[in-house]
Amino acid sequence: MNLARIILVRAAYAAGLLIAVLVLNFSMMHLAPGDVADTIAQSMGGADAEVMAQIRADYGLDRPFVVQLGSYVLRVLQFDLGYSFFYNESVSGLILSRLPATLLLVITAQILAIFIGVVLGVISARRPNGMSSHFVTLLALFGYSAPVFWTGILLLIAFSLKIPLFPVAGMVDVRIEGGFFVKAADIAHHMVLPVITLASIFIALYSRLSRATMMEVLGSDYVRTAKAKGLTTREIVYKHALKNALSPVITLAGLQLSAVVSGAVLVETVFSWPGLGTLAFQSIIARDTPTILGILFFSALVVIVGNLLTDLALRLVDPRLRGRA
Amino acid sequence: MTDQTNPQETTPTARSPFSEALEMFLRNYAAVAGLAILILIALAAVFGPGLYGTDPFDMVWAPFSPPGADGFLLGTDYLGRDLMAALLHGARVSIVIGLAAAFMSVVIGVSIGALAGYYGGLIEEVLMRITEFFQVLPTLLFSMVIVALFGASLPMITFAIGIVSWTAVARITRSEFLRIRELEYVTASRASGASNGKLMFSVILPNALPPIIVQAALMVGSAILFEAGLSFLGLTDPNVVSWGQIIGSNRQYILDASYTVTIPGLAIFVTVLCISLVGDGLNDALNPKLRQR
Repeated sequence: MNLARIILVRAAYAAGLLIAVLVLNFSMMHLAPGDVADTIAQSMGGADAEVMAQIRADYGLDRPFVVQLGSYVLRVLQFDLGYSFFYNESVSGLILSRLPATLLLVITAQILAIFIGVVLGVISARRPNGMSSHFVTLLALFGYSAPVFWTGILLLIAFSLKIPLFPVAGMVDVRIEGGFFVKAADIAHHMVLPVITLASIFIALYSRLSRATMMEVLGSDYVRTAKAKGLTTREIVYKHALKNALSPVITLAGLQLSAVVSGAVLVETVFSWPGLGTLAFQSIIARDTPTILGILFFSALVVIVGNLLTDLALRLVDPRLRGRA
Repeated sequence: MTDQTNPQETTPTARSPFSEALEMFLRNYAAVAGLAILILIALAAVFGPGLYGTDPFDMVWAPFSPPGADGFLLGTDYLGRDLMAALLHGARVSIVIGLAAAFMSVVIGVSIGALAGYYGGLIEEVLMRITEFFQVLPTLLFSMVIVALFGASLPMITFAIGIVSWTAVARITRSEFLRIRELEYVTASRASGASNGKLMFSVILPNALPPIIVQAALMVGSAILFEAGLSFLGLTDPNVVSWGQIIGSNRQYILDASYTVTIPGLAIFVTVLCISLVGDGLNDALNPKLRQR
């Protein structure tokens, strides 16, 4: 199969997954006690049965389930995710306004986690029984066992309250005025603790994996050949072996996308980071169903698209995968 | 005596797989220590609330009394409630939900993985697509939606955790079934007329169990973390105490009383750490071949 065809098949499959998410979303909304009419009636301070029936007819809630589902899917495909009565804003507008903050946090944290993880993995793979190796094992255990919101609060207590190095909450300090660089530096200052917290879950994972694959690669024939040619260890490790050890890490990073979103919800809540996670938390508290379902759909979209991109990136990096279905 | 000794004396005595696994497990000191601490935590959860007596919702003393002061071992929270009592009651909820959600995801995962791996073909295709679907749903958000829409009762929270956590078990079970169903002893029992159900659950499943058991142990830990996350966000039954919920409700007061957050977090951390140590030990004990690699 050629690459274009594979991309097409994958994209069609991703679209199918997305429709499935929509059906699930709608079914949950349908099954849950209370509907839009109840919400509107509540905001009007109550309504009698006749008005309720009128609202239900206006919003098409009296039509059969399948018809309602169809019109819901059509609306979402035009990126109309409904209206939030709590924020008095369209859900898609709300999501798009919060998206940049989340992307900034999540992407920075992932890059940091992959970088630190791979460096730790490579260092410990060169000495499988050394101190660094034990350190990676310990780190993996701690990274898995510590609740991420707790790690965040501990960092907050240590580095914002006891030693006031970093701000306690938010993304920008409104009192700071200045040009682009001043504002960027301010955001970077606010980002330090949330990024470290979110990365802490994944550093352990990546370091353990890259340690294992690096050890495997270092024992292979072509590395022995490179050694025989007289290359230095540094050249072998960073020019030859690392390339091959990276592709499992990329695969894993792609698989972690849904975990990253989950982690972001907790980390954003701890640090009041104004992204999608905080929005999800607030709309849960406010019982704002359209918003929370919109976020669920949108995050699934991000995960599906992210998986697609990971898949393509792997094919570009690893020539052995090209042309495989 | 001739030099033809009894062959039974020269060959090592055959030992049951169980005692062999137990010996491997006992050799892993970290796992044994983890198990010992887990037993202590479980005992504290079962007998602690009864022995300690104090109701975790009662306001017993002035707020923000630090640990050790005024006779309260772990101090009091922002409403003057005894933190020790909350921790003991919370242990019950966290552990019970952890076990129940892990059990649910093992049941779902093993059923789906077994059917997919055993039958193959269209059934496998459909079941693995469903598994992939659950893998792209952001787990925490999906559970948050379920709990928010259908109510924050303990069974609903358990369901919300279990329904998003079974995919790893399904994948492991499927790949084990794919491997084992081709083995000769399976063909032999098929030839002697065993039914599909019998082949799946009493011929293949017992041999597929070791990696599933290890995964199940780890699942209890991640379910406890998951429940802690949900209750930290306030998605919990307001009438019961859980570790995550103590942290969530006290986190505004970390300036006055950081111990109300650090101590319950430490409880979660130690419990999950011990569970993963035991999981590692089980892995060594049940898959001895992996150890030599």
